[in-house]
Amino acid sequence: MTTVATETKTLERDADGHIKNISDWNEQIANALALEEGIPVLTERHWAVINFMRKEFQEKGDAPSIRRLTKESGVETKELYALFPKGPAKKAAKIAGLPKPKGCI
Amino acid sequence: MNTNGHEPIKKVSIIVSRGSLDGVYPALIMANGARMEGIEATLFFTFFGLDAIIDKRMDNIKVATVGNPGMHLPTLLGIIPGMSAFATSKMKKEMEKLDIPPVREFITMIHDAGCDIYACKASVDMFHLKKNDFCKEVDDIIPVGQFYEKSAGAEILFT
Repeated sequence: MTTVATETKTLERDADGHIKNISDWNEQIANALALEEGIPVLTERHWAVINFMRKEFQEKGDAPSIRRLTKESGVETKELYALFPKGPAKKAAKIAGLPKPKGCI
Repeated sequence: MNTNGHEPIKKVSIIVSRGSLDGVYPALIMANGARMEGIEATLFFTFFGLDAIIDKRMDNIKVATVGNPGMHLPTLLGIIPGMSAFATSKMKKEMEKLDIPPVREFITMIHDAGCDIYACKASVDMFHLKKNDFCKEVDDIIPVGQFYEKSAGAEILFT
């Protein structure tokens, strides 16, 4: 874990702490970023959200809104907030190696 | 979060006093936005704002076409029957494009996100309403004193 944590330190980040180059991202880095956000272990449910976000980002060029997450990721609002406390859209985007979502919803 | 060295906002209490589409949505967007940023949020509906949480009315929230200069519509055209419904349906289509949900879905989403939803007791009594007139997301009917208690440490926003 120490080596991965060190690895995330050398990654280029934006002002919000999101990694700048999507190509830098891999699953190990996701685990380290999750740890930074206070999520010790990424479960299958976390991955369902992260993978949905990455797919949406690739297709549409922006991370999905909380509404689209709720409606289409297969994970409902309550669970989203339980999985990613204090801001699911923002946190999941960060762990997924994506920029902060631009939408208001 | 870039707060320019200021203490970040931790909690907001949003009062919704109007029942038009443009009266309701800004408050819902702000409450949802707060939760998305990890900020605690409470919604307090009063006067005509209650329409947004009354089960039989919340699906019929409309934009005002009269007395609303922002519509850029002459008052005499605004009074034409169906004009408000037309403007509302146009606006709803635009909102859907931005992923802004209809009122009922939005209220559910915000409540599931952990925002408390209250109705103002004085208004509820004035309109002779009961708890079961409201959608299930309404946590309680509370007097203004209790609203202030629950808002301890919050920024209070009146809309």
